[in-house]
This record gives sequence, structure tokens and C-alpha cells, in this order.
Amino acid sequence: MSEALKFHFTVDGEDFTSAGKASVQVKKNLRQLGLPPEIIRRVSIAMYEGEINMVIHAGGGEADVAVTEDCVEIFLHDSGPGIKDIDRAMQEGYSTASDSIRSLGFGAGMGLPNMKRYTDYMDIKSTVGKGTDITMKVML
Amino acid sequence: MTVNELLNHGFNAVSLPEPEREITGVYIGDLLSWVMGRAKASDAWITIMSNENILAVAALADTACIITAEHVEISDSVKNTAELKGINILSFDGSAYDAAVKLHGLI
Repeated sequence: MSEALKFHFTVDGEDFTSAGKASVQVKKNLRQLGLPPEIIRRVSIAMYEGEINMVIHAGGGEADVAVTEDCVEIFLHDSGPGIKDIDRAMQEGYSTASDSIRSLGFGAGMGLPNMKRYTDYMDIKSTVGKGTDITMKVML
Repeated sequence: MTVNELLNHGFNAVSLPEPEREITGVYIGDLLSWVMGRAKASDAWITIMSNENILAVAALADTACIITAEHVEISDSVKNTAELKGINILSFDGSAYDAAVKLHGLI
């Protein structure tokens, strides 16, 4: 099996307006690799939601994307406050985002549900006070 | 129809780096995650949001253009970034409903 192609990004927690940089870059990279448009769309939407979450809730984080023969894997890591109740956070419409975040059009409680919806596999490991690791896979 | 052709029908150009993009549908929404999850590629996306994050949403959802309704103004910095990133933005003076009705007759 050939080696996976890997991309690494640091998501800046201070810069809310530029959130999406990593996802847009991934979209470009996947396009250059010639992956099908629907796969690219799913990967980039899931990744953008993760990126926004890291900016809103965790003060930024790290994102790694690996393209293998059979899937695109996205790994997100932050050292934020963690998710207290993952089951609740996975429900559409549940959000702990502030009013100022909502006024920008986020905080609708769709982030994690969209990530699950657009990927074939999603795993969340979170420790309150330590941070959150999310692994997602979109099968090719 | 193409994004460019909307200029003859009461829509105003804000940023048109890809004027020949074909529009095949319409989506209306202001909650960005909702829009990103539901809008289809090549939709015209009608919204009243104007902050820079709309550019990332439009890029990722691959919409044909953003149409800002209700006289919503786009700042120069958002406009310039849109030009750089290849995101079409049009403005419309009426409501989102009026814009959608108009588009329905055109596409």
C-alpha cells in the first residue's frame, strides 16, 4: 500500500474571520488530487465545522488530514475546555455559543451534527478541562 | 442562467470574479452551518449575513453566488477578499422572498 498524503494545519483561535482557511486549503489540495467533487464537499464541510468549533470554543487547535487509498481521514485536536455532554452536543440545535457568535451566523447547534452527517465515521474523545480529539473519515 | 445575466434583472454586482458560473437552484438562509449543510453546489444563496465567514461557506458549499438581500451592505474588505477567492456576490434591494420569486422566473 502506498504512503498516505498528509496535510497539517494550525487553526488560529484569535482570528474568527479567517476561520475556514484550513478547510479551503484542503478543498484545493483534494481538487488537485482529482478526488470526486462530492467527496471533496463532504470533507471540506466537516472540516470547516470542526475548525469553527475550535475557534469558537477552544481558542484554536491543530488539524491533520490524511488521504489514503480508501479514505480521507481528518484528525482535529484542541486543548480547550472539552465537551461536558457529548450526546447533547450531538443533537441538532443544542449549542453553548455566545450571542456574539450567534450574531455572526454560527451557534445554531449544527456543527457536530453536520460533521457526523457528512462523514462515514466519527469519533469524539473529550476530557473536560483538557481538550477534545475528533477523528472523522470519508470513504473513497 | 449565468450569474452575470442576473445584472439585467435588478441584481447589482458587488464582486464578480467568476461571472459565467451557471446557477441551477436557489437556497435561502442565514445560519451558516445550516446553509453549508443544505445548500447545493451551483445554488444562488440568498442571505442577509455580510461578515467574512459567508465567503468560506460559499467556497465550501460551492454555491454559484451569494446574493445579499434587503440593502445589506458588504464591507470593502469582504468585497476584496471575495474577488481574491473567486466568490461572486450580488446585492438585491428587495427581500429574500422577492429575490427568490425573481430567480424562480429566471432559472
